[in-house]
Amino acid sequence: MTQDSKSNAKQNLILVGNGMAGMRTIEEILKLEPEKFNITVFGDEPYGNYNRIMLSPVLANEKTIDEIMLNDDDWYKENNIQFEKGKKITEIHRTRKEVIAEDGTAHPYDKLLIATGSTSFMLPLPGVDKYGVIGFRDIKDVDTMIEAAEHYKKAVVIGGGLLGLEAANGLMKQGMEVTVVHIMDTLMERQLDAPAAKMLQKSLEEKGMNFLMDHQTEEILGDERVTGIKFTDGTTLDTDLLVMAVGIKPNIDLAASAGIHCERGIVVSDTMQTFDPNIYSVGECVQHRGVTYGLVAPLFEQAKVAANHLVELGYARYEGTITSTMLKVTGIDLFSAGDFHGDDDTEELLFHDVASGIYKKLIIRDNIIVGTCLYGDTIDGTWYFQMMKDETNISDFRSTILFGQAHLGDAGHGDETRVAAMADDAEICGCNGVTKCEIVDAITEKKLFTLDEVRAHTKASASCGSCTGLVESLLAHTLGGDYSQAPSKQSMCGCTELTHDEVRDAIRKHGLKNHEEVRRTLAWKTDDGCAVCRQATNYYLLCEYPEYNDPESRFINERAHGNIQKDGSYSVVPRMFGGMCTPQDLRAIADVADKFKVPEMKVTGGQRIDMFGIQKEDLPEMWKDLSEAGFVSGHAYGKAMRTCKTCVGDTWCRMGTQDSTGLGIKLEELTWGSWMPHKYKLAVSGCPRNCAEATIKDFGVVCVDSGYELHVGGNGGIKVRVTDFLTKVDTEEEVLEFAGAFAQFYREDAHYLERTAPWIERVGLDKIKAAVLDDEENRKKLYERFLISQKPAQIDPWKKHAEGVDAHQFKNIKITVEA
Amino acid sequence: MSNWLEITNLESIPVLGSRVVETDSIKIAIFRGKDDSIFAIKDECPHKQGPLSQGIMHGDSVTCPLHNWKISLVSGEALGVDEGCTNVYESKVEDGKVFLKLS
Ligand code: SRM
Ligand SMILES: Cc1cc2nc3c(=O)[nH]c(=O)nc-3n(C[C@H](O)[C@H](O)[C@H](O)COP(=O)(O)OP(=O)(O)OC[C@H]3O[C@@H](n4cnc5c(N)ncnc54)[C@H](O)[C@@H]3O)c2cc1C
Ligand code: SF4
Ligand code: FES
Repeated sequence: MTQDSKSNAKQNLILVGNGMAGMRTIEEILKLEPEKFNITVFGDEPYGNYNRIMLSPVLANEKTIDEIMLNDDDWYKENNIQFEKGKKITEIHRTRKEVIAEDGTAHPYDKLLIATGSTSFMLPLPGVDKYGVIGFRDIKDVDTMIEAAEHYKKAVVIGGGLLGLEAANGLMKQGMEVTVVHIMDTLMERQLDAPAAKMLQKSLEEKGMNFLMDHQTEEILGDERVTGIKFTDGTTLDTDLLVMAVGIKPNIDLAASAGIHCERGIVVSDTMQTFDPNIYSVGECVQHRGVTYGLVAPLFEQAKVAANHLVELGYARYEGTITSTMLKVTGIDLFSAGDFHGDDDTEELLFHDVASGIYKKLIIRDNIIVGTCLYGDTIDGTWYFQMMKDETNISDFRSTILFGQAHLGDAGHGDETRVAAMADDAEICGCNGVTKCEIVDAITEKKLFTLDEVRAHTKASASCGSCTGLVESLLAHTLGGDYSQAPSKQSMCGCTELTHDEVRDAIRKHGLKNHEEVRRTLAWKTDDGCAVCRQATNYYLLCEYPEYNDPESRFINERAHGNIQKDGSYSVVPRMFGGMCTPQDLRAIADVADKFKVPEMKVTGGQRIDMFGIQKEDLPEMWKDLSEAGFVSGHAYGKAMRTCKTCVGDTWCRMGTQDSTGLGIKLEELTWGSWMPHKYKLAVSGCPRNCAEATIKDFGVVCVDSGYELHVGGNGGIKVRVTDFLTKVDTEEEVLEFAGAFAQFYREDAHYLERTAPWIERVGLDKIKAAVLDDEENRKKLYERFLISQKPAQIDPWKKHAEGVDAHQFKNIKITVEA
Repeated sequence: MSNWLEITNLESIPVLGSRVVETDSIKIAIFRGKDDSIFAIKDECPHKQGPLSQGIMHGDSVTCPLHNWKISLVSGEALGVDEGCTNVYESKVEDGKVFLKLS
């Protein structure tokens, strides 16, 4: 079947504009369907495509042109791409579906991708065409500047924004005497507020940069070559080189002259399609939902979406990007994102330490970060930015947020989280013993950009993940401006570009029924996926279809229904509802332990008994005995409901207010067997003394005289988190309904391997309240769905296996080999 | 001289899953790929002897259940940045039966 479509003649895809956005789209297409198109690329620059944002470090002598080339001529050859280097397209003939190059040749297309980028905006001043007046956009401009620095002394940069300052810094590094002329009285007014801008100006002045603020240029002086400029106030300034960095102008002429609808940029839809269905456009030349962009992160997202539609997968949508800014001037730390000025409805959190040159400002609306501006200490920039994008509710840690992520009670790391100050041999990843310098070396030597790449190369953050924040800070710190290249969304694993949410949505939307359908429909890069995406996908599928099960996509613990131990044996933990037991129960466990010669037993932290060192082949027999004595699996091994811890309660305890053990049993009977995104624990305490530690459980109940307080999102593990109070209810029935509804909302909303604590921190308590507290009807629906999912889940897996399901798993094939 | 040993029916090994073959001296994990290809590898991870048979199989490699090393089922070598190697054995399928060549 696929054979057919392949034998059809390939379509012609033409890309006009060999820049960062266009070529990223081509790379995405090659990843998805390398055989779909005959690809021809036109670029009017005489090089392969290069990393334009690195022109600043090149100018500052920190990188060479070779180091910033992304794809050389060989790459185009290897990928069978016809590369028309140095050839400009001057005309698009839409009815004939042809582009015409400047040499008059015509080239037919089936699909056309326009990624013509933008050009430096040159102020229309008298004299702007003199020699030595340039923009800052491409390799040619950089060459001109370096050459000028060899022969001349003085340079002026008009424009005190990001580009202007990077140009000025580079020219200074080339040995020139540089003055920045800016029309406003503070620098980078689109990214910085006045205090931060003043601090920046001071630091740059200390480096030797000169400033003429509040100055408007009127005329460029000189004969053939620029010799100076004249301002509106009549004064003049001598210079041998004039760099204009006052803004960029989207290159829309080609598209506009072909009758494609353009405003400031080429207007595209959420699929990156222009008004001509055969023509797509990405990059700085486009205008999407009224916005044009001038940074790479949004363009890379656009590239992914355009590729998705060009290969006719057709499900991706571009919905705009919130961008952040850093300045690539060595020794200056600056980070800004969002609305950093604020308005009447916003509040401002401010930290300003003049002596040590640190300024941090967060703009908050309804406890959600809407903007940030950091100077001097930008380590937490990515953290604030992530919370801003996630719309995280910060009310819980508002009072300490300005001190950074390090202060969030990250048990065990504490102040050391300031990665910049850490010693080179400091251990970042405790699980895999990876040090700071190993990570930094890997990032620089292997050119790593993303968390996943660091994980793959160093193993750091690849296990328990508690050091993920540290590794991300190290990435940001080591890469500086480059980190903006990292995708702003995290894909599930290396097998797909899609995020957890996107995979899940696709399963729901397209009714995907199994692993193969998911991987095929969503164009997975690997045939079988990998251990990471298979387990996650498996969970999403079984959450949609409670009967679904693919044992081979589950971690061994869930396949063998026991915890694998370091020597390959297993542990067996029978469920003890609410921690309650009878002498018969204990006797049955003792008998089983004797019969199977269990080497060691222990009372667990979850109020039940663990038997260690069981050989896999013995498991079904042992389960059979336990099952006959009335026990079911304790799921101590699963991403599943684990235990419901209880305290004595009002049956015996002189302080008890309610029957906490009885309620605990009911809760465990309701929830046992449920598969979850991660482990899930409950507890019921009989009074606020809270002996069952209900306030560090995923769902905790604290009984009080007048009813039951319900708490959610606690965690006692790697990073201790106290629960959020959800509500108080009057009856046990209500407790059960809330317990089921909350569990179901978590099951349907959280990412695989995300416990309730980080989930709530990501989505915010308000979202949970809206779903399970404020909307009664929705709560009842969630509860109902939970009960439905519990039907297959509560068929005891131990009993099933004891009765012979998957028996092959437990039986080795014994053979004798003759000598 | 070594000979082909008949081990089991192909059908007794789940697709993308494994069985363990046990002799007096060693354990060998037999994996079955999606296209019914068969791989035989010593059931010992080069890292800390984890039982590879219990890992998740994908393509022609397996992820060890203990610390997530990825091991090639073709060469027995650790993939990615990890370094180490374990034995692989010759195997074949004929008429729905799985054969293994030891040593
Ligand atoms: C057996 C037990 C220790 C004990 O002897 O008491 C235990 C044993 C393991 N825990 Fe635990 N945990 C046990 C109670 C706990 C508790 C205490 C509790 O539940 O009250 C906690 C902290 C509370 C919490 O979860 O919030 C706990 C937090 C963890 C964590 C960190 C989880 C987190 O979200 O931060 C892990 C690692 C993970 O899940 O990724 C972990 C992982 C493990 C694993 C499964 C390690 C692994 O991945 O293989 C251990 C299996 C040992 C083995 O070979 O059998 N164990 N573990 C306890 C079993 C309880 C039960 O009856 O089911
Ligand atoms: C000095 C500098 C520093 C920067 N720093 C950062 C930073 O730190 N972070 C960040 O996110 N962004 C930064 N940027 C912005 C970033 O480089 C751009 O957003 C990005 O390169 C735009 O990609 P594009 O593909 O849309 O355009 P371009 O990369 O400009 O590519 C367009 C290409 O199309 C070619 N072209 C145009 N018209 C035609 C035609 N008719 N026929 C053939 N070819 C044509 C052009 O010659 C050009 O090569 C920086 C930019 C500069 C100049
Ligand atoms: S704390 Fe938990 S995971 Fe760590 S060694 Fe003890 S039982 Fe194992
Ligand atoms: S034993 Fe296999 S990864 Fe450690």
